[in-house]
Amino acid sequence: MAPILVGPPGADDLLVRGARVLDPVLGLDAVLDVRVDRGRIAALGERLDANGHRVVEGAGRVLAPAFVDPHVHLRTPGREDEETIASGTAAAAAGGYCAILAMPNTDPVVDATDVLRGLRARALEEAEVPVGFAAAITVGQAGQRLVEMGELADAGAAAFTDDGKPVATAGLLRRALEYSAITDRPLALHCEEPSLTRGGQMHMGRVSAELGLGGWPSLGESLCVARELSLARDTGRRLHLMHLSARESVELLAAARAAGVAATAEATPHHLCLTDEALRSLDPNLKMNPPLRGADDRAALVDALRDGTIGAVATDHAPHAREEKDVPFEEAPFGVIGLETAFAALNTHLVEPGLLRLETLLERMSAGPARSFGLPEPRIEVGAPANLVLLDLAAAWRVRAERFRSRSANSWLLGSTLRGQVLLTVAAGRIAYEA
Amino acid sequence: MTTLHVVPGDLLPPPPARRHLLSVGDLSRDDVDRLLATARSFARSQERDTKKLPTLRGRLVVNVFFESSTRTSSSFELAAKRLSADTMTLKASGSSVEKGESLKDTALTLSAYDPDVIVIRHPQIGAPHLVARVTDAHVVNAGDGKHQHPTQALLDLYTILSALGRLEGVQVAIVGDVLHSRVARSLVQALRLVGAGVVLVGPPPLLPAELAETRFDIAAIRDADVVYVLRMQRERMEEGASYVPSLREYSARWCVTPERLSPGQKVMHPGPMNRGVEIDPRVADSPASLVVDQVRAGLAVRMAVLYDLLTTGPVLVEAAVGVA
Repeated sequence: MAPILVGPPGADDLLVRGARVLDPVLGLDAVLDVRVDRGRIAALGERLDANGHRVVEGAGRVLAPAFVDPHVHLRTPGREDEETIASGTAAAAAGGYCAILAMPNTDPVVDATDVLRGLRARALEEAEVPVGFAAAITVGQAGQRLVEMGELADAGAAAFTDDGKPVATAGLLRRALEYSAITDRPLALHCEEPSLTRGGQMHMGRVSAELGLGGWPSLGESLCVARELSLARDTGRRLHLMHLSARESVELLAAARAAGVAATAEATPHHLCLTDEALRSLDPNLKMNPPLRGADDRAALVDALRDGTIGAVATDHAPHAREEKDVPFEEAPFGVIGLETAFAALNTHLVEPGLLRLETLLERMSAGPARSFGLPEPRIEVGAPANLVLLDLAAAWRVRAERFRSRSANSWLLGSTLRGQVLLTVAAGRIAYEA
Repeated sequence: MTTLHVVPGDLLPPPPARRHLLSVGDLSRDDVDRLLATARSFARSQERDTKKLPTLRGRLVVNVFFESSTRTSSSFELAAKRLSADTMTLKASGSSVEKGESLKDTALTLSAYDPDVIVIRHPQIGAPHLVARVTDAHVVNAGDGKHQHPTQALLDLYTILSALGRLEGVQVAIVGDVLHSRVARSLVQALRLVGAGVVLVGPPPLLPAELAETRFDIAAIRDADVVYVLRMQRERMEEGASYVPSLREYSARWCVTPERLSPGQKVMHPGPMNRGVEIDPRVADSPASLVVDQVRAGLAVRMAVLYDLLTTGPVLVEAAVGVA
């Protein structure tokens, strides 16, 4: 079987001197030197010999396992004007990521091995960090016929998902769960009951009532979450719930996990940082699916991220062309970018106000998502491949469109000042980014 | 020649460089009082033989209407003309919009003429906000989707004040499709701002409970000073929508008829009316109806809005228009 992640080969030498080395999984938190020989962590200690390697000053900074994003839209093939494998993985590197998973809702959809193989070949040539490609659950994401899961898994499909929409019927999802047992790849599910969300532009609640925007109720998500969790329990298969937004969904997930259902889940930086109150500005860069919800939902997501019910931060990085977002709110497409701002946004909005410990955030951005998708977990230990991010927690920077490596600039953070800067990213042994 | 005088001691802190009227939420109680007083002065000026005032001579007001409109577009145009501003009205049909030009490009094109005010109506929520972002003009929202129609709310307040002599404590029952109504959204906010009471009456799926007290029984309108009737749109009964089962059932339950009104109540409607659907023609044509007063108020209020946006801070309007 093909490896899941494909990317540039690297075997860089490096010494990071005197950083606070923080690996939450290993319980490591100490000021140390870290030496990387030919892409692998070779030594941890004090006053290490540089061995002629390049030395990066780490004093006053945090060196952590690099991040893993299980939910990225690279828009390739089909909308290379919005993002390419090169630009999207460059954005990932700038955000501190050492691995990302790309969603299959492209044009054409990644539903056959030839499309998948083509993408993997291109990634080998142009990716800045290793990338895995998810395949669709149904052919054309049309919700009718299952893709050839066995073949696709053998060809390196990272996961199966009809992201962007739910699997049309319970019966089809049941088959998909059963059949996916021939692979070791998880199903990742976008939970939405379309008959409740039709015409929805934002969370259904007081703000939508006041603004007159079509409501996308919490129940539109949680009803589908209940369906997926019931099917996971019934089939005994694992699944991953994408971009959860509502308190009800989190409560259903917690109950199912307590009952032994193998369900994992992710939440996005925007759902963790914002509420629907922000929509009063009618900024099209605040329009996403699922929508920003109420303060109580946001609190439930933060609690779930803290206690591990939600084990992963995922950006749902969704690039859109400038002309597509430079329109009235109602006309704008759903989605925002997030790779280059995820850590800084969460550090600023959750860690600094004391809502989440730094160690927890680092785990949920790295080992957590890797575990959910059966990817190797980045570790700072001797012998491990170097997947490292060097962070300056105190650095304040302003989010500006022209600074993005992404081809798109549809960020909800444009113009705001964040604290926490990625200084260096090492991905699979290669220096992928330096500020 | 007209001279403007600032009332001593009445200066507010300097307003932002460029003011817009995008939502009733942009207004304070003081703003509303000032605009209604200004409108009153302009209304008096409209009783004279010579109705044109030189106040905004040399200014350019551009009206951009992406949705059909009789009352709003004609009254904005006339308001600008009565204030001696140059006006230009662009409708979506017959313009480059039909060739697929984006709203942003239409706005940029118009802004090349340096308009002082752009008045925009658009079917999509947020369209006026986009125009405000990309041009240097003052922007007036003349209706954006289901969101806001602030000048309608102001003219409704003006009409109520003229008819009842007060706003505070007035009870208004809004009847019909509140969910899809920008008029209702703006009016509820405006009534709150001036201390009036509001109750929403109609079919449950069409009454957002987050906005105000809701009552399903049409009998609830009996306690109101003003019954404000909304237009009932046929598409709400289409397959898949099912907000109400049929027009027949809607009319039977919620049509405002003479029998359902109390003596002395006033009835308003933003137009266009569906006679026999949401409002009985006997009500529409009765002395209780303020519908024509609303239209007349629309001219004075829109003159006041244009004037207010293009002057800074509270100005003694009597001096400006020469009526005391």
